[in-house]
Amino acid sequence: MDFGQFISYIGSGTVYTVGVTLIALPSGLLIGTILALLYVYGGKAAARIMNIYSTVFRGIPPVVLLFILFFAVSKGINLSAFWAGSLSLGVVSSAYQMEIIRGALLSVSGDQLMAARAVGLSRMQAIRNVVLPQAVRLAIPPWSNEAAIVIKDSSLVYALGVPEILRRAQLIGASSQQYLLAYLSAAVIYFLLVSLTTRLLNQLEQKLSIPSNP
Amino acid sequence: MPKPILTIKNLTKTYGQNVIFQHLDLTVNEGDTIVIIGPSGTGKSTLLRCINLLTRPNEGQIWLDDLEITAKGTDEDQVRQHIGMVFQNFLLFNHLTALGNVKLGLTRVKHLSDEAATEKAMRELNRVGLADRANHYPGQLSGGQQQRVGIARALAMDPRVMLFDEPTSALDPELIGEVLEVMRQLSLDGMTMLVVTHEMGFAREVADRIVFMEKGYIVEEGSPDEMFNHPKFDRTREFLWKITELYGKKEKEAE
Repeated sequence: MDFGQFISYIGSGTVYTVGVTLIALPSGLLIGTILALLYVYGGKAAARIMNIYSTVFRGIPPVVLLFILFFAVSKGINLSAFWAGSLSLGVVSSAYQMEIIRGALLSVSGDQLMAARAVGLSRMQAIRNVVLPQAVRLAIPPWSNEAAIVIKDSSLVYALGVPEILRRAQLIGASSQQYLLAYLSAAVIYFLLVSLTTRLLNQLEQKLSIPSNP
Repeated sequence: MPKPILTIKNLTKTYGQNVIFQHLDLTVNEGDTIVIIGPSGTGKSTLLRCINLLTRPNEGQIWLDDLEITAKGTDEDQVRQHIGMVFQNFLLFNHLTALGNVKLGLTRVKHLSDEAATEKAMRELNRVGLADRANHYPGQLSGGQQQRVGIARALAMDPRVMLFDEPTSALDPELIGEVLEVMRQLSLDGMTMLVVTHEMGFAREVADRIVFMEKGYIVEEGSPDEMFNHPKFDRTREFLWKITELYGKKEKEAE
């Protein structure tokens, strides 16, 4: 077997890797954003709860959480390994994304909110139209980091038997006894996925940057 | 008979033990330009913030026209629409163009269509001489231009009264003039204005009444002529003398 065959066999697992990422990242973003808003604007009790959420989910290795969530969830609802794994990673990521968005929200000066209120906007309108659009721009660079981590962490669902890149590398490595080549192929594919994503997010950051004179 | 737009009675604001001002009474009549002067830390800015409910007073009442806005259950957002505020640090929305800044309240609060909001916003930008800067972001504008956009943003809501919180204090000396000129024109147009400033030239020329505040009290108020030429209290005379000298020095530096 040559390198091309390795790449094409392992590469066909990319569908799963991308699939897991495309479920985990946006669901983590959605949950993370809502929780970050509650953290910053929801009062003391909400902040305390969010702090616990963040500490717990960031304090346990993702793969351990993956197993716990997988077995806990699959007991209640009949979910495929793919969906259970993806959603579990989304929950893990939501804790990190919450911290990213929270930091960005806090970086937008409170005076911006006050100025919006002075014009007559409600608190909700001010947060939505003035604070969030500025926070999103501040959040892109650290979020790009989190996106890279989620792509790489998607390899963890291999432990649940999802035939993604790493799982396939393991299989073909075992059958051909060429482990080094198999894992090198997997590494190349992961690297390409991450660098492509980072580049796209850099472009988005450029596109959204607010013009100003030096 | 002058018609009062703002009536402030017995207003008190404290932060813990710290009394910002106490038992303050002030009436602002329609079309009046009132300039509040006084040393820093005497509660002038806090007074403005109380008037548009960004800060809640501890005691006392404020009426906007016939509505007591300090009453329980007042719709704050509704009240603020009718009170324009201009800040010392401009506080433009950084992610929006000059036009976007002026339009935001029109589309979100007044629910104008995009087209109508643009038209109204352009009229206000034109009024402050910045129609040609409509598509510039705050970061692309000078401080003076930013503050004029800030004024246009407040004006766009057609407020009953405009509050100015040291609108030129953060500006380079050469940029102060353009902002004061816009304010002078507004006053001539009959806008009701309450201005906290150290610009004595503006106070002397434009104010209908000058209010001198110190340590949380209104020491004295009167016409510019009374205040500058025949103040009743030594404290007023002292302060005006000091601040006028300072102002004169700044003028000279700017030349």
